[in-house]
Amino acid sequence: MKNQKIFTFLAAAVGLLVLPLLLQSFGNAWVRIADMALLFVLLSLGLNIVVGYAGLLDLGYVAFFAIGAYMFGLMASPQLTDTFPAIAEMFPTGLHTPLWIVIPMAAGLAGLFGVLLGAPTLRLRGDYLAIVTLGFGEIIRVFLNNLDQPVNITNGPKGISQIDSLHFFGLDLGKKVVVAGFEVASVSLYYYLFLALVLVSVVICHRLELSRVGRAWMAIREDEIAAKAMGINTRNLKLLAFGMGATFGGVSGAMFAAFQGFISPESFSLMESVMIVAMVVLGGVGHLPGVILGAVLLSALPEVLRYIAGPLQDMTGGRLDASILRQLLIALAMISVMLLRPRGLWPSPEHGKSLQNVKS
Amino acid sequence: MDILLQQIINGLVLGSMYALIALGYTMVYGIINLINFAHGEVMMVGALTSWTIIGLMQESMPGTPGYIILLIALVIACIVAAALNFTIEKVAYRPLRNSPKLAPLITAIGMSILLQTLAMIIWKPNFKSYPTLLSNTPIEIGGAVISPTQVMILGFTAVSLALLMWLVNYTKLGRAMRATAENPRVAGLMGVKPDVVISATFIIGAVLAAIAGVMYASNYGTAQHAMGFLPGLKAFTAAVFGGIGNLAGAVVGAILLGLIESIGAGYIGALTGGVLGSHYSDIFAFIVLIIVLTLRPSGLLGERVADRA
Repeated sequence: MKNQKIFTFLAAAVGLLVLPLLLQSFGNAWVRIADMALLFVLLSLGLNIVVGYAGLLDLGYVAFFAIGAYMFGLMASPQLTDTFPAIAEMFPTGLHTPLWIVIPMAAGLAGLFGVLLGAPTLRLRGDYLAIVTLGFGEIIRVFLNNLDQPVNITNGPKGISQIDSLHFFGLDLGKKVVVAGFEVASVSLYYYLFLALVLVSVVICHRLELSRVGRAWMAIREDEIAAKAMGINTRNLKLLAFGMGATFGGVSGAMFAAFQGFISPESFSLMESVMIVAMVVLGGVGHLPGVILGAVLLSALPEVLRYIAGPLQDMTGGRLDASILRQLLIALAMISVMLLRPRGLWPSPEHGKSLQNVKS
Repeated sequence: MDILLQQIINGLVLGSMYALIALGYTMVYGIINLINFAHGEVMMVGALTSWTIIGLMQESMPGTPGYIILLIALVIACIVAAALNFTIEKVAYRPLRNSPKLAPLITAIGMSILLQTLAMIIWKPNFKSYPTLLSNTPIEIGGAVISPTQVMILGFTAVSLALLMWLVNYTKLGRAMRATAENPRVAGLMGVKPDVVISATFIIGAVLAAIAGVMYASNYGTAQHAMGFLPGLKAFTAAVFGGIGNLAGAVVGAILLGLIESIGAGYIGALTGGVLGSHYSDIFAFIVLIIVLTLRPSGLLGERVADRA
């Protein structure tokens, strides 16, 4: 029995490690899809802390993703040095803040915003919280869109380009590496980095779930008043949930910025927030394997469809193009999965009572 | 002064359109505790349906007076929207009434995306110019101008609100609706059929949304598949602002929101010395919402929903 488990783990590990090398031979675009899927897994894991564990519905999660991405974008691109001559003088070779400074900064700033958003909204009940977080997401997006004047900080709708790729220990992830005669493309390197991040996050989330804090969150989720009566400091714990979730968002945002090399407010629309919530809920809210499954399904499948949809577009005279078909399928998947399995595709076996509509 | 008056008029017009949409949100929330995310899309379908009808009628019988065309288009849009919302509730929300609360929310979001996508396929994604069917000459009041379309919007909103108030407060159906909102199970025991009441609520909400859609399109002169999203969001904000589940609150919240938005957009440039422009007007709604909810967590007029937490 135990051997079998180890074998499954090993097979999964080897599969995950070899996957990009296999995909690479079909073209880098496929590895890119896997990369994005991993990023979304990271985001979903972060949101799962807020929605799944603490039971706080956050519809503006993408704001933290955006904060992380813009943080990295501003600190590692010519944007700031172009706008402010003073900064250009300080950094004659251009602003290339090292990874080790930017990532904690992105995580910290996003976490700070998470707490800032959480603080005034803690007294609100579920649906109010949803709409306030949604509003917060929109506020951030509008600011990103319009902060190109009077002082050009975010470059407005045009976005920030020429963002540095990630490099650490002398390894530049933006360039391909040749290992023992075998060429590993840049996207595959990112794949390994994201995979490592996802693994670390899964471990963190899993430990959190079993910890005192995690149990306190679930108590708040099930019944806030009872939790309070048991001596749980609900205010601080809710803030902690917001902050931790936001930190995950911030780090994924920084990764996204470095991976894409270009960011614009368009990538951080409400639709993205909704998609992340959908990933968490579709997979099984509060259940790590479910959340990962949801994220992979919703992020990767539509991308795969994009390649298959070409012939379909010709058949329907261009009316049904790939992006429309993708949207259509996402919508149908969201509706039908919820109708058939209201608790998600892979729900947690025991903590299923969350957010249940208890009639008084 | 003239600018202020003008912005007040614009704000009232905007607010009354929000009010029509907000009522649909607030009624549905009051009865089944669900944010019907697809409501803005129902409004969009209403607007686009009327656009198609107007196009057909202008082609098939030229010379018909504009207001008749508009009225017929409005009626058909209401019927289509009502049928649509009725179906949405039946297919996507009813089976999930006793599921975890997030499930119907996700289907609602899915429905919203689905409707937008279908509208994009049916009507194509381009912006359609919505014909001006009423006269174009603006009416002048004390230095500010108001177009006949805007007068019509205010009039229609007032009539719809009066009818709705009558329906909710003085009819059997209205009493059943209020009873179901208070406590569905007890209402059921008293002989109210919750399913019928809920369907009726969705139909009424859709009719109001379709009216709002036609008004919105004629006011701005365009219609498109994504047009329902932002007004829907703002209207929901207005409903929360006024205290969700509370009909009067939704109207007050919506009008206030419209006024804040248009007055804010008119003055923000001057107030901040040109640092912030009127393109920030979209976020006023949310900033006001966050402030109000922080100070009064159950909205301006208080919510009427029995607390089922």
